[in-house]
Amino acid sequence: MKRKVLSACLAATMVFACAATTVAADTVKIGVYEPASGDNGAGGKQETLGIQYANYVQPTVEIDGTEYDVELVIVDNQSSTDKAVSAASELVSNGVSVVLGSYGSGVSIAAADTFKAANTPAIGVTCTNPQVTDGNDYYFRICFLDPFQGSVMANYAKDNYDAKKAYVLTKLGDDYSTGLGFYFSKAFKDLGGEVIEENYPDGTSDFNAYVSKAISENVDVIFAPISIEAAQLVIDQAAAQGITCPLLAGDTWDSNVVLAAAEGTNIDLNVSTFYQSGVNEEFDKGIVEWMESDSTALANNGGDTKVAAVSAMGYDAYFVALEALKNAGSTDPQAVYEALPTTTYTGITGEIAFNEIGDAARDSAIVKKANTETAEWEFVAEQKVK
Amino acid sequence: MDFLSKNLPYLLAGISVGGQYALIAIGYTMVYGILRLINFAHGDIFTVAGLVMIYAMTVLPLYISIPLTLIVTVVLAYLVERVAYRPLRSAPRMSVMISAIGVSYLLQNLMLYVTGGLAKTYPTIPFASNTITIGGATTKVVTLITPVLTIVLVIALVQLINHTKIGMAMRSVANDFETSRLMGIKVDNVISMTFIIGSFLAAVGSLLYFTNYASVVPTSGSMPGLKAFVAAVFGGIGSIPGAVIGAFIIGICENIIKGLGWTTFSDAFTFALLIVVLIVKPTGLFGEGAKDKV
Repeated sequence: MKRKVLSACLAATMVFACAATTVAADTVKIGVYEPASGDNGAGGKQETLGIQYANYVQPTVEIDGTEYDVELVIVDNQSSTDKAVSAASELVSNGVSVVLGSYGSGVSIAAADTFKAANTPAIGVTCTNPQVTDGNDYYFRICFLDPFQGSVMANYAKDNYDAKKAYVLTKLGDDYSTGLGFYFSKAFKDLGGEVIEENYPDGTSDFNAYVSKAISENVDVIFAPISIEAAQLVIDQAAAQGITCPLLAGDTWDSNVVLAAAEGTNIDLNVSTFYQSGVNEEFDKGIVEWMESDSTALANNGGDTKVAAVSAMGYDAYFVALEALKNAGSTDPQAVYEALPTTTYTGITGEIAFNEIGDAARDSAIVKKANTETAEWEFVAEQKVK
Repeated sequence: MDFLSKNLPYLLAGISVGGQYALIAIGYTMVYGILRLINFAHGDIFTVAGLVMIYAMTVLPLYISIPLTLIVTVVLAYLVERVAYRPLRSAPRMSVMISAIGVSYLLQNLMLYVTGGLAKTYPTIPFASNTITIGGATTKVVTLITPVLTIVLVIALVQLINHTKIGMAMRSVANDFETSRLMGIKVDNVISMTFIIGSFLAAVGSLLYFTNYASVVPTSGSMPGLKAFVAAVFGGIGSIPGAVIGAFIIGICENIIKGLGWTTFSDAFTFALLIVVLIVKPTGLFGEGAKDKV
């Protein structure tokens, strides 16, 4: 009996495999390497949404005269550097031509060698740590970097709040968090400020002691480049302790989850980010309609239709990938890799072109402030490198 | 005075989180006292209680949600014992322990499936979520409720164990399984009761904990669970007052260490303490001496 079941299974697999190969003839696969659970699950899902929406808008691509269907292969790297490699290998063994992602620099760094070993190029969407592309030819990215972002926020703290003392809270062992915290501290010290740095271990949900520290040290600003999940708790506990100094954060906090946590509090919350909702009305309207028609998409966006900057970045990344495929004239990952350095694209978040390291040549970031009454982001400034 | 006002926030946070660890630790210590089993699923039952509360509050009013949360948690713990532990009663102790680890992962993954991996925001509970200022430190009211409620519940529990029939049965089963059975005690019922009490306290603990730290992910319970377990070992596993005192000590020390600026080492401290206790006093503060039962 057992043998029968086994052979039936084998037969089924073979039929399935055959079916897959016949379809694959005019399908090009794009890997989506994003977290859907863990610390960065909320952000990863929003970034994936942008990619999925782009795929919905433009489901085909013409490569070397043939029309290909674009198939997204989505894997969950669980926001965890030890799960990252197996998720990346899954994409590679699925035969993807190019990979998009990930939200969270740590997992991107962890998987970079897997992509390189398989000659598969990856395009980082919002991973801002310099180490992602540094020393790895196969990793590209379309967003700005942490040294830039850190200095933008340090300047912002200095210019807008006349801050002299900053409290920097980062997560131990998180490449994004410690990296951005380091660059902020460095820039802030260069501007003549004083910095108090603290970090918390994985699994912390009690941030009272950290908030108390910031209050008792009488700091002028708090800079907390940490995950959205931790942000919810920090905002909640900062509000409970009646904090008065402004909270600054990086691109991760640009999320409706963070807005929801800040709603109804007196917290002065500022973030640097990639895209201000409302800049491209066509995109905003389209993605909102699409989310409203798809209950899973709506749930993945956190239950409402506020467009996150990472979704806009995901959308652009998808079109950059299509552009690279067109330029390569082939679905072979190696050809796409060779085409990427010269690929340019004008997206909704601005001009995208790669420099010799594979980073996007971007020179501006947007600073937004949370309106805690309406739970909306308000545009403050577009900050350029000084 | 300056010293006090500077350190009061840490002390308050420490007492509050200590109370919450205590409520979880009692569940570990009671189950261990009777079954000699470390119930690894306990921390996850704590998290489930948090999620049940979140989902209940979306459709039901507060005064129904809280009892419902307590009931669902207790029923879940009862079922876990019935399905995963009871059939293994005569199996080697290691098998039950592995079954407990299995249940722990099962619950975590079920929660991952249900929540879709995103953090859920805990509802605000009127009064308990309000903020209050004591001696210059601002905190939530729940911080003050926690130690009081913990102590009241522990006193009630000690009364239950020392002065009721079921309590006497529990002490007897903890002392000697076989003899208790010969004396006509329904051992299985007593064990079920132990799980019910332990999970009830964990559910109360989860209400207090998540009101303070209002975000629930499937692994939210693992860290508090682990620390409560350390507290139970520290106090002498099997001893209820020991678990409570151990929990308060760990909660307070952890926060004072953060207050001193060694935030990086706050967790390392907890586990270093475990190692030291095991080396110096393997039975913990109030633990029973090693009795050779074989």
